Amino acid sequence: MIRRRVKRARGGGFELRIPADERELLRSVGPQLREVLVREAAGAQQGEDSAVARLFPVAYPDDEDRQTEYRLLVHDELLSSHLGALAVLEETADSERLDEDQLLAWMRALNHVRLVLGTRLDVTEDGDERPTSPRDPRTPAFAVYDYLTYLQGEIIEALSG
Amino acid sequence: MTAVPVEVKEPEIDDVVVPDRPWIVIVWNDPINLMSYVTFVFQKLFGYSLEKATKLMLDVHEKGRAVVSSGPREKAELDVFRLHEHGLWATMEHDS
Repeated sequence: MIRRRVKRARGGGFELRIPADERELLRSVGPQLREVLVREAAGAQQGEDSAVARLFPVAYPDDEDRQTEYRLLVHDELLSSHLGALAVLEETADSERLDEDQLLAWMRALNHVRLVLGTRLDVTEDGDERPTSPRDPRTPAFAVYDYLTYLQGEIIEALSG
Repeated sequence: MTAVPVEVKEPEIDDVVVPDRPWIVIVWNDPINLMSYVTFVFQKLFGYSLEKATKLMLDVHEKGRAVVSSGPREKAELDVFRLHEHGLWATMEHDS
């Protein structure tokens, strides 16, 4: 039986009941996301890495001038927003209780990780891309992706409840 | 868009005089963001009811895109930014 991982706590905030091995996994995804964000900050061009492009989408697809202007205006702020959410996840990865802002940061950071992983795994809506053999080299990454999807669902349910 | 009426009436003046057409913010479908997540983000960012947020999410999912907000350029840019903060695939364009 799967126990609820995230629950609204009596008296405010949220209770996290996440087993140690899952905490370990959550700690391990942080550096991966940071690496992508830092590489982007160091000047990786949009389009070079589709996972990076997914975290810094184009606002004006049909207007290059406005897009350049927009990117100059907001890029650093978007980067620090992404890094800020990740920092909260890393700082509170072992917490048993989070306030709402912290849980919202978890939600965003975990979603960013899912976007990076999902883009690299070429995830589709119908799931045709899924490996059928446990020996497929992509199987571990899909397992991480599926776990994060599950936890994300729990977080949204707790926040909405 | 072309003819300026000779005798303008109140509601039409705005359409003619105001040079900025409103901007619309579009969210595009993607295979990664969860349906429940997209609905939650629409409620949180725009204060939409569960019903309205769900309808917009389903439009994104089934039709490939939905207009989620509109307004002056600055507001649309802010909305796009907040959607990007949440990992949604948002763009903006002139309302046509």
